[in-house]
Amino acid sequence: MVQQKESVTLGMWVFLAQEVMFFGGLFMAYLLYRVWYPAAWAEGSQELDVMLGGINTVVLIGSSLTMAFAVRCAQLGQNKATRNWLLLTLVLGLVFVVIKGFEYYHKFEMHHIPGADFVFHGPNADQIQIFLSLYFMMTGLHALHMLIGFGILAWIAGMAHKGRFSPEYYSHVEMAGLYWHFVDIVWIFLFPLLYLVDRVHHVG
Amino acid sequence: MTTPAYPELNYLNATHGIRSWLLTKDHKRIALLYLISVTVFFGLGGMFAGLIRLELTTPAGDLLAADTYNKMFTMHGIVMIFFFLIPSIPAILGNFLIPIMIGAKDLAFPRINLLSWYIYIIGGSFTLYAIVVGGVDTGWTFYTPYSTSASNTNVLPTGIGIFITGFSSILTGLNFIVTIHRMRAPGLTWFRLPLFVWAHYATSLIQILGTPVVAITVLMLAAERAFGIGIFNPALGGDPVLFQHLFWFYSHPAVYIMILPAMGVISELVACFSRKPIFGYSFVAFSSLAIAVFGFLVWAHHMFVAGISPYAAMVFSFLSFAVAIPSAVKTFNWAATMYKGAIWLASPMIFVFGFLGLFTIGGLTGLFLASLGTDIHIHDTYFVVAHFHYIMVGGAIMGYLAGIHFYWPKITGRMYPEAWAKFSALAVFVGFNLTFFPQFILGYMGMPRRYHTYPPEFQVLNVLSSAGATILAVGYSIPLIYLLWSLKYGKVAGNNPWGATGLEWKTQSPPLTENFTETPIVTEEPYDYARQGAHVG
Repeated sequence: MVQQKESVTLGMWVFLAQEVMFFGGLFMAYLLYRVWYPAAWAEGSQELDVMLGGINTVVLIGSSLTMAFAVRCAQLGQNKATRNWLLLTLVLGLVFVVIKGFEYYHKFEMHHIPGADFVFHGPNADQIQIFLSLYFMMTGLHALHMLIGFGILAWIAGMAHKGRFSPEYYSHVEMAGLYWHFVDIVWIFLFPLLYLVDRVHHVG
Repeated sequence: MTTPAYPELNYLNATHGIRSWLLTKDHKRIALLYLISVTVFFGLGGMFAGLIRLELTTPAGDLLAADTYNKMFTMHGIVMIFFFLIPSIPAILGNFLIPIMIGAKDLAFPRINLLSWYIYIIGGSFTLYAIVVGGVDTGWTFYTPYSTSASNTNVLPTGIGIFITGFSSILTGLNFIVTIHRMRAPGLTWFRLPLFVWAHYATSLIQILGTPVVAITVLMLAAERAFGIGIFNPALGGDPVLFQHLFWFYSHPAVYIMILPAMGVISELVACFSRKPIFGYSFVAFSSLAIAVFGFLVWAHHMFVAGISPYAAMVFSFLSFAVAIPSAVKTFNWAATMYKGAIWLASPMIFVFGFLGLFTIGGLTGLFLASLGTDIHIHDTYFVVAHFHYIMVGGAIMGYLAGIHFYWPKITGRMYPEAWAKFSALAVFVGFNLTFFPQFILGYMGMPRRYHTYPPEFQVLNVLSSAGATILAVGYSIPLIYLLWSLKYGKVAGNNPWGATGLEWKTQSPPLTENFTETPIVTEEPYDYARQGAHVG
């Protein structure tokens, strides 16, 4: 059992290393074009709703806290509390995704979705389309990870509901926690990189 | 010596029925599932190669139209790289052997292992679908903006297929890393591990850290093609060279995913058939890791003429030379292992000699390409084609065949006809050289790759190459026949037909589902052939 737990933990960290490289390709593209097109990046960033992005950041950090409580309760063998913390984490995650959905919908209304329907006026339109392409790919991939996380949280919460966890057996919760924190950390990078470019010159 | 008996109970007959195979969690059965599916893709990729060589026997483009020819070399590359070479040794021999070599019952995550085979099959199905409905013509490198805004072939399903299959490779690597860390038998320290395991550990690192980058790159490419956005399209402000950087960041290390496991096989076989401990064990072990690390730092040598900065090019050129050092360490150590050894020319060893000769030529011609001035002359010519085939066919497939022949008695419990195996090894060696050596000359004379026509003065060398390809095809086909034959009629092998060291030879052939009746305890140093002696059986 000990060996199995160690294996699962190592496997999870290796998986997360893989995830870092997966997102890394997008960050590389972001870096290149930000250096190439600083003006378009600043202009494109103003198009994002920093208020909604900020709220989502708080919501997501809050969900990391509730997730950490869930792991702690599982370690203590408190199945009911574990379940409740997991469900609260899930609810916070849902709030995040719903707010994200409103942001996406707003972009859709403005014809700011890159592709055939993209409309943007000004000299930087093409470069801003690249910015928004990366915005949608990075936040979209992040949101996809959250959706997968919902499935995991629901499954683990179900296990907790059936009273499966004990101080000797809680690695499911711990692994779900690692995954959830990773998804949070990705957002911690995404928020400033996408929403806060050159805000100091463009208050509002 | 009495004839050994075929073990009554083993992993092959432990359970019966197609479900027991398709839902198996036994790493050995999953290895065989891979063996079958990988062989099918090898046949398919070989067929495309045959059509390419057939077209090139005459200077005119008379057999295949230009666009059909483009599809042929593209699909040859995609099938051979993503669906044959990358899974070949790790997913078949690695899967089968690593748990046995380290004295474990299975990999750390048996269900994930089965999942990775299914992911491979799903990815392969997408790619097969793309091939059946008309193929793809971008070259296996998918260079933008052609692949995203010009090509009217099936780029999307092919890309999706590669994206999916990548995760099969990632999960295999993850499984190996955790298994090697956590599941070693008592007494089996890191420096008692077979070098095959070290090589797979290094390979797994590349799979974990490289494959996700190509996955996200293919995803960006797919998004650009599907929605008409401009991440890599210069007409919309994007940078096609960024695509090349991201693509080669994986696809150069991917070469080491193909060759490192073969090097692992060679280390095992050289020691066994020289009846000596491997020379410089720790150097061979660490050179695998060094290749994995350096392998990540040389990708831009594919892009010397793509308009990258000359200062960056100089650094990448230097690092590309540096990666030759750990490769040479291995080659010299194998040679030193054979020195004054009692060399036994069994058929797997013939394949090993083939590997050593071909890999050396492939490696040294790589240095021509790594030097900036020479590369400008021979870039995108047949010199490059010959070079990487010497590594990936001459090296990786020779190593694969050497491993298959060496471990066949362990996998199936039966021996194959030795004379036919030797004949096959010679046919592959001769056919390979006849196919690809003329291509070095053609490339140096200036014949570009990826054209279906060429000037008439290149015909003699091209005919030689196509003739060689025929011999090569025969060399590759014979094992298919005699290995299948051996399943029923082969002599019973016994536990250790080669008199080799290592835990895998201490268990029965074919092994039990749980590999060992009790967990082995390791007290010996690796490759202790002085103690093992010439004893066989």
